[in-house]
Amino acid sequence: MKNKELLMQGNEACVEGALVAGMRFFAGYPITPSTEIAELSSEKLPLVGGKFIQMEDEIASMAATIGASLTGLKSMTATSGPGFSLKQENIGYAAIAEVPCVIVDVQRGGPSTGLPTSPSQGDIMQSKWGTHGDHPIIVVAPASVRETFDLTIKAFNFSETYRTPVIILLDEVIGHMREKIELPDISKIDIVNRKKPLVNKEDYLPFKADEDLVPPMADYGEGYRFHVTGLVHDETGFPSNNPDVSDKLIRRLDAKIEKNKDKIVEWEEKNTNDAEIIILSIGCVSRASNAAMKIMRNKGIKVGTFRPITVWPFPEKRLEELSQKVKAIIVAEMNLGQMALEVERISKCMTRIEKVNKVNGEIITPDEIIAKIKEVL
Amino acid sequence: MPSAIVNEYFRTKKLPQIWCPGCGHGIITRAITVALDKSNLNRDKICIVSGIGCSSRATGYLDFDTLHTTHGRAIAFATGIKLAKPELTVIVITGDGDCTAIGGNHLIHACRRNIDITAIVFNNNIYGMTGGQYSPTTPKYDKGTTAPYGNIDKSFDIPGLAAAAGATYVARATAYHANLLISLIQKGINNKGFSLIEAISDCPTYYGRKNKKGDAVDMLEWQKKYAINVTAASKMPPESLKGKFIIGEFKNTTEPEYTDEYQKIIDNIGKE
Ligand SMILES: Cc1ncc(C[n+]2csc(CCOP(=O)(O)OP(=O)(O)O)c2C)c(N)n1
Ligand code: SF4
Repeated sequence: MKNKELLMQGNEACVEGALVAGMRFFAGYPITPSTEIAELSSEKLPLVGGKFIQMEDEIASMAATIGASLTGLKSMTATSGPGFSLKQENIGYAAIAEVPCVIVDVQRGGPSTGLPTSPSQGDIMQSKWGTHGDHPIIVVAPASVRETFDLTIKAFNFSETYRTPVIILLDEVIGHMREKIELPDISKIDIVNRKKPLVNKEDYLPFKADEDLVPPMADYGEGYRFHVTGLVHDETGFPSNNPDVSDKLIRRLDAKIEKNKDKIVEWEEKNTNDAEIIILSIGCVSRASNAAMKIMRNKGIKVGTFRPITVWPFPEKRLEELSQKVKAIIVAEMNLGQMALEVERISKCMTRIEKVNKVNGEIITPDEIIAKIKEVL
Repeated sequence: MPSAIVNEYFRTKKLPQIWCPGCGHGIITRAITVALDKSNLNRDKICIVSGIGCSSRATGYLDFDTLHTTHGRAIAFATGIKLAKPELTVIVITGDGDCTAIGGNHLIHACRRNIDITAIVFNNNIYGMTGGQYSPTTPKYDKGTTAPYGNIDKSFDIPGLAAAAGATYVARATAYHANLLISLIQKGINNKGFSLIEAISDCPTYYGRKNKKGDAVDMLEWQKKYAINVTAASKMPPESLKGKFIIGEFKNTTEPEYTDEYQKIIDNIGKE
């Protein structure tokens, strides 16, 4: 049976995906261009017995999202630039306390209030390093409305699997763009729920990891009576100043994602087999990259595209392979070269790296990318 | 030997606690457990949330579901917990700095929503954990490590703030008046709505030393001497209240509670 086609915005697809993934709690604070996500959540959540709350600011929204997750509800919050900055301290809390949650950042021009209604990709580094200290994070970047739906489900699944905050990096274009999409058969979608403890309540060690480096998670109110803190803690969950405990915890948190990278990392590549030049981009820019590729291919120039779907962890292995084969990688992004830094690090001078950057609130066009390709040729 | 209450409700393996000798925070923490004991609740349905500060370290010692959050944000975390699982009794432990400086915005909005959370503010008139800087409740002209010439900020009246913002139960007691404190906390827990109980604590290490208030015993004596019960105070002429502070119950009203109101939305959608 063919599913019905729907005309939908990226922001709407995000909420629809979240509901399919099992979201039952949303806390937010209005900010363009993310507001539709809060509005739609406020309408849809009570229909499935879920809860929505508009908090007094983004700090509180992040806090409430974490609190709700600790009771067992799958929880999400959404924001943009300034609000994303405010959420950072508590995102770090979710990372160290291993509380699953999903944070949507619909990027707009920054810094500060910046360009509220214009697209940007200026939060790529912030999404990885925004909160202080070494910490694990998973960041996904959809490039279409349908993919926003799919990746939102994936974001929840990752957060539940690895007990970690997961960030969905949208940009204003994808968030507000309307596309006709056909939703998949919901009954066939894989939905992951956090691992529950299998031991007696008295024996429960809330931060003792299994072999996969992830500790099973009890809900508040189930009788496990456990402690959660943002201080460095041992397996019991209580704070410790012991250097070994700290070392072990911070390394495990990091390894939880690092060691499972192969299961997390995702990318899309087109025409890379014979490509001499690869255009690398994420989100809305990848649409311009694909258009530029088509035009160049028609002229017989061997261009391919590479699109990280998980920005963090970055598709490092594959990019390294490609770096050995191609003449140049053109990194096109709507910032001053944040992702290019990562590409330069990975390609280790094995190929030439060129950049196309734009920070005026306008989208990078295929022509701008083509101009760079011509320079490289 | 720890008392029966301590054995029952404290994580005794985590004792002794980190507080300085003579710190009022221990008395207040114990008062919370006695109030919970008297409230006859399902132990497994109680969640205690704190921020950051000496006071907020209390959650680590209490044998319930406990959450030690970020500085100032305890009430916001607690709001998520309560709305997500309204069957839980949610208690917040916070300090004067945690609750009224960095967390002031969350406090007034939780009061306004009248969400069923009971917040106990350990007010020692100073930032204890960071070493004695002045807080929003440091009395005017008193000293702190960041107010070497005296604090020129006016101090907050926390119960007045909470009552004006819409909390439905508001009260104050002191570490010295521990029995009163227990009964006020118990009433706060019983109130279906946002309850705030200010518990005047003492910090001999910083506030006491900086302001020549003597040792812990002197500071408790001070609480005894200058506290006037709200009923007695109402019969006294304003002049005789100068230099004193009022303890007791300031507000006890009934208003629709936030999670109940939300449940009504869910239920009514079903009916349409
Ligand atoms: C965002 C942030 N800012 C500052 C601090 C440092 N800090 C820790 S506790 C504290 C003050 C605590 O004072 P109070 O809430 O009155 O509690 P007390 O220690 O006196 O019991 C401060 C400023 C912090 N942990 N986080
Ligand atoms: S510094 Fe003050 S508030 Fe902190 S434990 Fe010591 S006496 Fe108590």
